[in-house]
Amino acid sequence: MNYDIIVEIRSLAGLADPEGLAIERALPSLGFDGVQGVHVGKVFRFSVEAPTETVARRTAEEMCERLLANPVIEAAEIRVVADSPGVPA
Amino acid sequence: MIVRILGQAPTDTELAMYSVMWSEHCSYKSSRVHLARLPTEAPHVLVGPGENAGVIDVGDGIAVAMRIESHNHPSYIEPYQGAATGVGGILRDIFTMGARPIALMDALFFGPPDDARSRYILDGVVRGVAGYGNAVGVPTVGGQITFDSTYRSNPLVNVFCLGVLPISRLVLSSASGVGNLAVLLGSATGRDGIGGVSVLASAGFAEADAAGQSTKRPSIQISDPYEEKRLIEACLELLEAGLVVGIQDLGGAGLSCATSETAAHARLGMDVDVSRVPRREPNMSPVEVMTSESQERMLAIVTPESLAAVQEVCDRWEVAATAIGVVTEPDAAGIGRLRILDGPGGEVVADVPASSLADDAPRYERPLAPPADLVERRADDPSRLPAPSDPGGDLLELLADPAPVYRQYDHQLFLNTVIGPGEGDATVLKLAAPGLPWEGKALAMSVDGNPGWCAVDPRAGTAATVAESTLNVSCAGAIPLALVNCLNLGNPEHPEVMWQLSEAIDGMAQACEALAIPVIGGNVSLYDESGGCDIDPTPVIAVVGLLGRIVRKPPVPGWHPGDSLVVLGPPPGGLAGSRWARSVAGCAGGVLAPVDLVSHRELCRFVRELVAREAEDDDPPRLVRGLHDVADGGLGVALAECARASRTGAEVDGIADHGGLFAELPARVLVATRLPDELSRLAAGAGLGARVIGVAGGARLVVHGLVDLGLDELDTASGGIAAALEVRPLV
Amino acid sequence: MTAEIGIIRFPGSNCEWDVARALSALGASTEIIWHGADSVGDVGAVVIPGGFAHGDYLRPGAIARFSPVMRAVADFAEEGGPVLGICNGFQVLTEAGLLPGALTRNVGLRFICRTVECTVESVSSVLTGRGMRGEVLRLPINHYEGNYTCDAATLAGIEAAGQVVLRYRENPNGALHAIAGVANREGNVVGLMPHPERASDPLGVGTDGVVLFESLLVAAEEWQSAGRRSEPAEAAS
Repeated sequence: MNYDIIVEIRSLAGLADPEGLAIERALPSLGFDGVQGVHVGKVFRFSVEAPTETVARRTAEEMCERLLANPVIEAAEIRVVADSPGVPA
Repeated sequence: MIVRILGQAPTDTELAMYSVMWSEHCSYKSSRVHLARLPTEAPHVLVGPGENAGVIDVGDGIAVAMRIESHNHPSYIEPYQGAATGVGGILRDIFTMGARPIALMDALFFGPPDDARSRYILDGVVRGVAGYGNAVGVPTVGGQITFDSTYRSNPLVNVFCLGVLPISRLVLSSASGVGNLAVLLGSATGRDGIGGVSVLASAGFAEADAAGQSTKRPSIQISDPYEEKRLIEACLELLEAGLVVGIQDLGGAGLSCATSETAAHARLGMDVDVSRVPRREPNMSPVEVMTSESQERMLAIVTPESLAAVQEVCDRWEVAATAIGVVTEPDAAGIGRLRILDGPGGEVVADVPASSLADDAPRYERPLAPPADLVERRADDPSRLPAPSDPGGDLLELLADPAPVYRQYDHQLFLNTVIGPGEGDATVLKLAAPGLPWEGKALAMSVDGNPGWCAVDPRAGTAATVAESTLNVSCAGAIPLALVNCLNLGNPEHPEVMWQLSEAIDGMAQACEALAIPVIGGNVSLYDESGGCDIDPTPVIAVVGLLGRIVRKPPVPGWHPGDSLVVLGPPPGGLAGSRWARSVAGCAGGVLAPVDLVSHRELCRFVRELVAREAEDDDPPRLVRGLHDVADGGLGVALAECARASRTGAEVDGIADHGGLFAELPARVLVATRLPDELSRLAAGAGLGARVIGVAGGARLVVHGLVDLGLDELDTASGGIAAALEVRPLV
Repeated sequence: MTAEIGIIRFPGSNCEWDVARALSALGASTEIIWHGADSVGDVGAVVIPGGFAHGDYLRPGAIARFSPVMRAVADFAEEGGPVLGICNGFQVLTEAGLLPGALTRNVGLRFICRTVECTVESVSSVLTGRGMRGEVLRLPINHYEGNYTCDAATLAGIEAAGQVVLRYRENPNGALHAIAGVANREGNVVGLMPHPERASDPLGVGTDGVVLFESLLVAAEEWQSAGRRSEPAEAAS
């Protein structure tokens, strides 16, 4: 079974996010008022072949722990989008 | 014409290949007839114009390769990627020759920083140069940045690269040896940049804008400095081991260019199996594969016996290497044919004489004519303007500190940087590289362009630009050895632009002949126009020189309290073409004061010997404590920059008026010395003017009757570029 | 004796030659070690130089830590061998867990190449053994991701244990406590963002980096001779 997986990497709560801050500060000058809490992260999309969704999720979790995220500064959120026909476009 | 060459109507693939190869960018079809007038020879020139880069012999078995190229249109459409791919392309031109790239410089021209779009382009270009150059591991050691309204919708990004090599490793792009294999190295081929040279790099923005951004997007090339880094190391290792017989980078026109040029240089043919080219996207047609401008690719010509060894080196550097073609005998008529096959023994989708793509492009003798209002323009001299009420205030308007730009560039890698960006009139590097230990020599290099001078008089302005660049290198104590140039001009279908081109080339030729500097490479960027309006002609000149054996840093702009300030050279000339006239007073006409090239050569020699003794002698004369050439912004800006650099003011007398402060004749040098009488005596002996104008000291720059400014005021006024970069623009 | 220094080269490293040039000028012999090697050999110290190890894609150092040589570097460090990470090498060492904390993007969101002043905070590391506490060194920095960060407990811990070896006098990049360089608890693994090799030539930026490299060479010689003594064959000869 193929599972489409989306991993979102964000900086840990409380850490400085200078890029998010810069964007938040720039938005009012473009007419976007009242925007708060802008954070910049990374998104990974891939598909995993696995017998069950649980196994697919565990694979993604291990990938995050070992490579995709640096636990000192980053947190990962994994979303398994149900089974798919193949690699997401 | 294509039908005449082929004897029949071309296939789609053939037509596409001719279209990109005969584009202005690849064929120089509008400029070739004029470029022939440039002096290109000297005993130390190993490779002149026409190859990927010019190469000179600097002694001890070492050669230096250099080239400059524009990436103007791509940088307007997508500033980061445009600048980054410009850096990548020029690097490939250098290591294609077997040289290790050790230095980049960039000449950047933007619209005024008070314009949001110009700030956005400035920010993206600087990030692109930094993002690519820093990551690929080649330092960006100097450059020039100019803001002028002529570049509002057409920025110029000219990138210069210099590399060093043992002369024994010099290679040319020739596919010699029938039966040898053409091996494609590097990135997979995608649809990026298809038709780039014929669209982006040759057409004006009027068409691009009309066609809309969406249709242009696929032409944008995406850069990958990490791929290029591995490609550099793999190629230099292959060349060092003698594993390739020829090599050529894939730049504009992609595989069409690399295959036809290598075959044509060897007067042989080549069969290319287009199905073997690794692709990044499915369903690409042979036309797309042959004209793609995907970045970070090289074509190596390899003997079949060497293929395994080549593969091994490439594997270690994680560089893909795929044999895609074979060098073939000329046909019965003695013509080397480039045949493109789709699959082994498959359909022949193109079959053309290789040299016809590379060499048979039409050469246009386009009509040229001076502008109809030339007489009126020249009559409109800034001498008619009233004297400014506050020359000190005008001086502040002309100051701009580029540090916020070059501090984003790694300018120290390889430990060669003796005088880095912002420090001197020229950059000075030790002549050394990984694998080539330092033996004591140093290179000096300068890149310069001045739209003000060239708008007023493209011939005298170009000559003055050559004079300035040469003087910069001389102020570092170096003997000027070679010049490369990039001519940035408008639409060649406008007779005035062709006149500018012709005049610029004549001016360059005159100056180079008088100063005995060979032109060893060049690039012509045409169609620099927007909305039917051509940019002012902007020839960019890079001069490289050599210092013999340095034991200490050559003196740089600045002074110490108590130093006498001496101006060497002729009187200042007029204000026509000066930045004061153009940017502050709004007068772009008049007659440019020409540089007397005969006495300029003497000035360069005199200054070079003075400085070289300070840098090279074990017991230096200590005659020169600091020096700065007078050019852009005139004596006023030169004084202000020296004051800022040394955190010391000065008191200057005897400058009659704002003309003396802002005139820009680039044939003068400001010297700080403790021995003004000796300096004046030596200058007189060389037939040069020397005038003591003041003394360094205090915390204010005072020019009697004209300027009285504190160092803090000079600092604040110099912060324009920092301010422009401060807010990250989101346009 | 002459210290032998192994300098690790990843495909995107670019300061390996510079480090070799600066160390050689001080009398060391240097060896470039490919990242695919599974041993660092008999060297007295290992330097991971600056550059962009694997293009710095994902995060600087994130992929480098899986190169085979990093297992050998970790073993070498574990045994007590001197390991120095400069700039990208510092990033690699934090990603590999050999040093505490992480390096994130400069607070100004721009690459910075300039000379800064740093204070030597601790002399009990292989990089600062020959320095003087409180000494100010002018050293070039050259990075986009040099903003040192870690959690509060780690920060308190490294400060208390004297693991902060270099501190910026004026914070150029937003680093916590203006930290420019840190050591592990034992002091044999050190990472710093400034480039000592770029401050080892009077014709360049100056020579303030020399004291740091001299410290490393002393540590390398000590470790090398101690290591050799432990080998019976060497002891017999």
